[in-house]
Order: sequence, then C-alpha cells, then structure tokens
Amino acid sequence: MAIKFRTKNVEVSYSDKKAIKDISLNIKKNTITALIGPSGCGKSTFLRCLNRMNDVIENCSIKGSVLLDEQDIYGPDVDPVELRARVGMVFQKANPFPKSIFDNIAYGPRIHGLASSDNELKDIVHNSLEKAGLIDEVKDRLNDQATGLSGGQQQRICIARAIAVSPEVILMDEPCSALDPIATAKIEELMNEISETYTIIIVTHSMQQAARVSKKTAFFHLGDLIEYNDTDKIFTQPENEKTQDYITGRFG
Amino acid sequence: MIRKNIRSRRARETRLKIYGISSICFALIMLATLLISIGLNGYSALQQAYFKVDISVNTEKFVDERDFLNNKKMNLFNWDGLVQSALREFFPEVKERDEKKELFAIISANAGYDLKEIVKKKALGSGSHTLSVWLHLSDDADQYLKGRLSIDIPEEDRRINNKQIAWVNSLVERDIAKLKFNKAFFTSADSREPESAGILGSVVGSALTLFVTVMFALPLAIMASIYLEYFAKPGRITDFIEVNINNLAAVPSIVFGLLGLSVFLSTFGLPRSAPLVGGLVLGLMTLPTIIIASRASIRSIPPSIREAALGLGASKMQAAMHHVLPLAAPGILTGTIIGMAQALGETAPLLMIGMVAFIIDIPTTFTSSATAMPVQIYMWSDSAERAFYERSSLAILFLVAFLISMNLLAVILRKKFEKKW
Repeated sequence: MAIKFRTKNVEVSYSDKKAIKDISLNIKKNTITALIGPSGCGKSTFLRCLNRMNDVIENCSIKGSVLLDEQDIYGPDVDPVELRARVGMVFQKANPFPKSIFDNIAYGPRIHGLASSDNELKDIVHNSLEKAGLIDEVKDRLNDQATGLSGGQQQRICIARAIAVSPEVILMDEPCSALDPIATAKIEELMNEISETYTIIIVTHSMQQAARVSKKTAFFHLGDLIEYNDTDKIFTQPENEKTQDYITGRFG
Repeated sequence: MIRKNIRSRRARETRLKIYGISSICFALIMLATLLISIGLNGYSALQQAYFKVDISVNTEKFVDERDFLNNKKMNLFNWDGLVQSALREFFPEVKERDEKKELFAIISANAGYDLKEIVKKKALGSGSHTLSVWLHLSDDADQYLKGRLSIDIPEEDRRINNKQIAWVNSLVERDIAKLKFNKAFFTSADSREPESAGILGSVVGSALTLFVTVMFALPLAIMASIYLEYFAKPGRITDFIEVNINNLAAVPSIVFGLLGLSVFLSTFGLPRSAPLVGGLVLGLMTLPTIIIASRASIRSIPPSIREAALGLGASKMQAAMHHVLPLAAPGILTGTIIGMAQALGETAPLLMIGMVAFIIDIPTTFTSSATAMPVQIYMWSDSAERAFYERSSLAILFLVAFLISMNLLAVILRKKFEKKW
C-alpha cells in the first residue's frame, strides 16, 4: 500500500530542549496509525510536525524532513495554509468556535472557497455531519451554538469540521481523552468508517483504544521512536523490552 | 490550643473586613462631598436673570430688494440703543449721563446683539413690528438676584451699587425681571459676558476631538496588538517595542502636546486649535492604554480557538480577524472607552496646540477653531466674574455626567457582545 507520510531523521527542539530525536517513520495511506507512549514522550510534538502546527509555537525548531506524497512539507514552496487544508487536525479538547453548528462546519469551506453557492455549502455541511454521524442529532438545530452541545458531540463537530475541508490526512491528538466510554465508542466507530477515505494518525493514551482502532502502532519513549509495527504485533509480540513493559503496564 | 488560635484568626478576619468597609465608606463620602459641593455651587447656573421689554422695530431699514433681511444692514443698526431706550421707559426719572450708564450696566452688554439674533431668527417681513422679548440682565444683577453677591460690604467695594439694586428690585416687583431657565448655557459657546457664555461650543469641540482620537487610535492599537501577540518574533526588537509602549503609557501628557506642536503644527502645517490636531495628539496619548488593554484581552482568548482555525487552514490573519478579534472585542472596547475617558479629561496636551483658547463660535468641522470641556472649565474658573464660578461648577457636573455615561456605555456594550461559552 502507498506511503502517505515519510519522515526522515525528524528532530524537534523547544529552545534548547530536544523534544523528539531522529524519528524516521513511514505512514501508510488510508490506514489508522496510532502513536502511543507515556506523557512527555514527544508523540504530540511529532503529530504537530505533520501539519506544521509547531510553526505557531515560539522557539520551536525542526530538523530532518517530512514528506507528504514524497514532497517535503517544510520546503520553501510549501504554504502551511495549503498544507493544513490537506492535513486536518482534531485536538485533545473539543474546540468548536463559539458560533452556530452550521458556521462551525462551514468555516473551512468558506475560507478555502470550496463552495460556489449557498446550496453547495449546505451540501458540504450536510455531508460532513453525515460522515461524522451527527446529522440525526443536530439537523434540526444547525443554527444553535455549537458550544451548547455535549462534550462528545462537540468533538464530533470538530471532526466534521475537519472533514468539511476534504483533507487527505486527519491528525487526532488524544481526541477521546475527555470523553466518556459511550462517546469514545462513537468516535472510534466513526474513525473506522472514514478510514477508507482518509489517512488517520491518532495519538492516544489508551492502549485499548490503539489496539481497537489502529492497523499500525508506533511506540514513543523519551523522544525516541522505540518500535513501529503492525498493531497486532506490538500488542502480542513486542520486539523491544520497553514496549513490552509499557503495554503490560509496568511503567507509564 | 487550636480553638484559641481560631478565635484570634476570626478576630483578625473581622478586623480586616471592618478596615475594608470603612475605606469604601471613606471613599464614598469623599465622592459625595465632592459632587455635593460642586452641585451646590453649580445648580444656580441652571437659571439666569431675564428682563422683558416690548420693542418696536421697523424692518424696512434692513430688508433688501428681494424682501430678505440683510445681515450687513442689520449689523450696522444700533440695536443696543433700541434696548436701552426701551429700558429707560421703565425708569423715566433717569436723565443724567452717568446715571444712564449705571442703569445700562444692569442689563447684559450683549442684549443688543441678542435682540438682533432674535429678530433674525423670526425672519420678520418688511414693515413695523412690536416684539415682546426676554433679554439677559447683566451677570452682576443675576448674581444679586440669586443671592450670591453679598450686599453687606460697603457700596464702593461692590460690583453693584445701591441704585442699581433698587432698579433691579423694581423690575422684579413689576414682574418685568425674573429668573428663568438658562438656555444660553446649553446652546452657545464661550463669551466674555457670563450671561451669554455656554458650554455647547466646548462639548462639540470635545466630541469632534474624541471622534478623531478613536478613529486614529483604535485601528492602530488593534493592529499593533495583533502584530505583537501573533506575528512579532520574540527578540530584542520586540522587547524594545514592548518596553517603549509601556513607557509611553507613563509619559506626562504635556509631552504629547509638545510633540503635536512640533510635528503636526510645525512640520505638517496643520491648523492651530483644531479638533483634528487635538484628536491626533490625544490619540497618541491613549494609544498605549488601548494597546495594553487589547493585548490583555487578546491573550485571554483560549489558544484552542486559534489553533482550531489554523488547523483548518486559516491564515494567521484570518484566525485573528475571524475568531480572536470578535471574542476579544468586549475587552478591547472597555480599554478603548477608558482611554477615551482619560482623553476627555485632558487639558495639558491641548495647551500646546492652541486648544486652550477663547473661542466664541461653535466648531462645525475638524479644522475649525475649538476648545474642549476641561479647558472651558479651566478658563471659566480663572475668570474674575462671580457668575463664571457657578458656570464652571455646572460644567464640571456636565463633564462628570459625560464620563459616567461613557463608562455606562462601556458596561452595556460589554454585556451585549460578551459571548457565552
């Protein structure tokens, strides 16, 4: 299967402190890849490298190369704005805009000019909500404030908002960490459904979640990539002792 | 042991509460004293002594060929004489020159001018007319009627002599003179004669100035704070800019006046005494205040909102304009109105650019000569006439009311725009 992301010797440091060292990783297209590891191991930092969200952070410097479809996303001719339209992101804490549900979903298509008419925009919003499995819950109140929804619904609004721009990749940074098991199950189901058309990379603290949803898993520890393999392999026969220790709960 | 400790802790808490309440009470009492004393001094300026005269005037003299009143011809006419002869009809016994002079001193020196304006406003057709008009008494007669001039001191030290007092009293007895609502105070600009001096000129001047201030300072401040918060790379230059903005907020306001004088007047050649220049100077003065408030407000917006926008592919500017700024608007607005209130009460910088001046016309454009409310108060309080004293007190109350309503507006707007999460 084709490779979507290819990273070579990626190193990120904040001021003088190295957050991740020498990460080389190939991420397959239209697959769910999970990044696991204890807190502070650099998995979120790595994730944010993939759509240049680290650019926003002061004193953050990146070495090595990140190739999206074999093109260096840190190259001089790449516009981070365009890149982020191709590589969407869902954050740890649901962060809908304090606007109506409709405006939340429509914001991305509007700024990128994806819809040429109001009807087209309505279709995009409708389809995105449908893909995110939210349409039945919110179709009668598209003009209500998105911030008035429940936590799980807000997070799915954020996923729908990311889908609305029709990205190729969706990065998820612990999307379920603040949700209850039912909302989590819904989001996992949703991820499974959309993984056929999108490449999904998810950072998670829950090993069960990684085991449930992902095809491939990468284990990070103290800024190093310790092991990267098929999820089944990682959770049944890890090659590295640290991975073994982590998945069996001996540390982390 | 613990119980004893708790008792002393409770006592300490009670003491602190008492200190707090008493300091608030002290502040409130001080404020009340201030307002009451100004109010007691100023309320009488709401009224003004008027006298009524019947005047017959033949407009044929100043009507031009097209039956319109001709300003030039009207200006040449002796209106003072008309009023004076009408006044003399009440006191036929006054014959001598000196005595006549004393008699005419109890009516306003502007009475003739006021009469002309009344005739002009009525737009009388050509022909003979008899008008019954109320004109101002002089400020001394006015102060005497309000009981603000003490008549116990010897006659030669008084601004109004016994004869004049008798005339005024006689007018009052005949119901020809009385205190009426002081309309001139609210409808005219400054004047040498207290009875014709009003606050409208300076209110309009202040409003024009503040308009320029807000139009100049607000966009600059918003752009500067967005730049500093989101675009500036941390480093020496940014630090330098930041330190200097904080310094500017503490620079004495007269320095901004000097800057206005040398830059706006000398270099750019803008007109003196103009609200345009005053607004620019006050805008520079309030800029740091608004920048500091705006930055605090922008910083208080959760970064997750901005990240969400950036994550969708919004540019930095779009993230700031579409999401951060609307949410930060209430805070920016509050900062702006506080800055405006500060600018409204400022006199010193205006001194340098010629807005501390005696201006008798109500300003109509941003470049016409104007003065501001605090300047007007300062100039009146400096005048010798007793009647200006009560007028400056009333003007202070007016200024305070203006400030309170501005702050009220800030609160209302903030409540209205504040988004609920």
